[in-house]
Amino acid sequence: MNLFSLIGDFSTFFFRSLFIPWKIRTSKGRILEQVYSIGIGSLPIIIIIAAFTGLVSTVQATYQMIGTVPRYIIGTTVGRMVLIELGPILTALMVSGRCASSMAAEIGTMRVTEQIDALEIMAIDPYRFLSLPRIVGTFISLPVLTIFAEFVALACGAVYAHYFLNIPFSVFSYGIIHFFSMRDFLGGLVKSLFFSIVIGASGCYFGFIVKGGAKEVGRAATYAVVTASILILVLDFLVAVVIFG
Amino acid sequence: MIEVKNLSKKFDDLIVLDNVSITVAEARLVVILGPSGTGKTVLLKSILGILPVDSGIVLFDGKSIQTAKENEIYDIRKHVGFVFQSTALFDSMNVCENIALPLVEHTKLSSRQVRDKVHEILEIVGMAGKERLYPGSLSGGMKRLVAVGRALALDPKYLFYDEPTTGLDPVMRDRIVQLIIDLRKDYKKSGIVVTHDLDTAEKVGDDIYLLKKGKISKLEQIKKEVYNG
Repeated sequence: MNLFSLIGDFSTFFFRSLFIPWKIRTSKGRILEQVYSIGIGSLPIIIIIAAFTGLVSTVQATYQMIGTVPRYIIGTTVGRMVLIELGPILTALMVSGRCASSMAAEIGTMRVTEQIDALEIMAIDPYRFLSLPRIVGTFISLPVLTIFAEFVALACGAVYAHYFLNIPFSVFSYGIIHFFSMRDFLGGLVKSLFFSIVIGASGCYFGFIVKGGAKEVGRAATYAVVTASILILVLDFLVAVVIFG
Repeated sequence: MIEVKNLSKKFDDLIVLDNVSITVAEARLVVILGPSGTGKTVLLKSILGILPVDSGIVLFDGKSIQTAKENEIYDIRKHVGFVFQSTALFDSMNVCENIALPLVEHTKLSSRQVRDKVHEILEIVGMAGKERLYPGSLSGGMKRLVAVGRALALDPKYLFYDEPTTGLDPVMRDRIVQLIIDLRKDYKKSGIVVTHDLDTAEKVGDDIYLLKKGKISKLEQIKKEVYNG
């Protein structure tokens, strides 16, 4: 499959999955199930990643700037780094690794065991039944996870700065709050919305196109994560150019 | 009535179906007999529009599935129950949820009514009391019975069975065969049974066809071929 036909297929799949009658009565439960699975299920790993992101950012910012700028600038730097870049992208990459692969594996297994054929024969649109809840679930969960990750990262950075770098909470938080820009925060959230679509669509698309058996299901999971990760980085650049460029 | 007219299908250069024509009349079971790998399942899936065909037409009560729009195809499929060889039960759902799914999706029944209907279906297929079990904890024969139950959920006019007795022990095989016969006799379900088991074919079939090298022919012709070596 060449790149252009892949992009064509992927786009067709995406629109086919969303531009259908949603049938809220029967889809609502499955969307909530996905929100729970993606959102709550990803929380532990997101907390760990966010905590270490905050700690490392604080250590690096301090290492590079201490003595040359006022100490509250450490808070500003860490705050903006986390809100604009690190929070959205690390959360997205982590959710991509955890969820896109599991979506592709789950749907791929359903494909090879004829469960998707069974849906079609039961007159149930498999795109509405399988893709829609996952894409919408990721769309709802990822921005919330991103905000949570940003909060955890900044809190951990502040705690480390207070106890180990001699930068009191008040000084660190002054740096964050005084230079807080709503555009930074919203820009990060806009990114995470785009990332969520890429994660949900990749996971479902590579699951749907599985043909064969266990080996192909494994391969689909890998493709889903790799594609989602690459698209996340590409979109990160494009959105950065549009919003912050 | 289902009319299959001159259906042809090939995968690359391999001709799987070559001008296949069959008719499934009201309250009759048509059996498609043939060795594994001859395209019996392809025929069933082609009839339902799951696999696209190269030529030919399938009419469900006069409506062509080939020219129907997507929502019309779904409307046609609501009148068909399909029992997969692999059962294709949803492994993330228990027996009750598997059977309830078409009811939840296509009817406005309350959850209590759905539960009652599932119970009624499980009584018919002899699986009452197994509502909470997951497919992973069922034997092959029990899965097949649940699959028949799921196919019955929307009270379809037609039932398609893909190798319903393959891989089952003799007791379970007889149970499934009897269930197929009862469903036709008591509930007037017409349909197609695909099998490679001549014994099953003779027990359940009103009209028996052989599918061989893409061509379909009636049982009388098969016997003639067998007797002539």
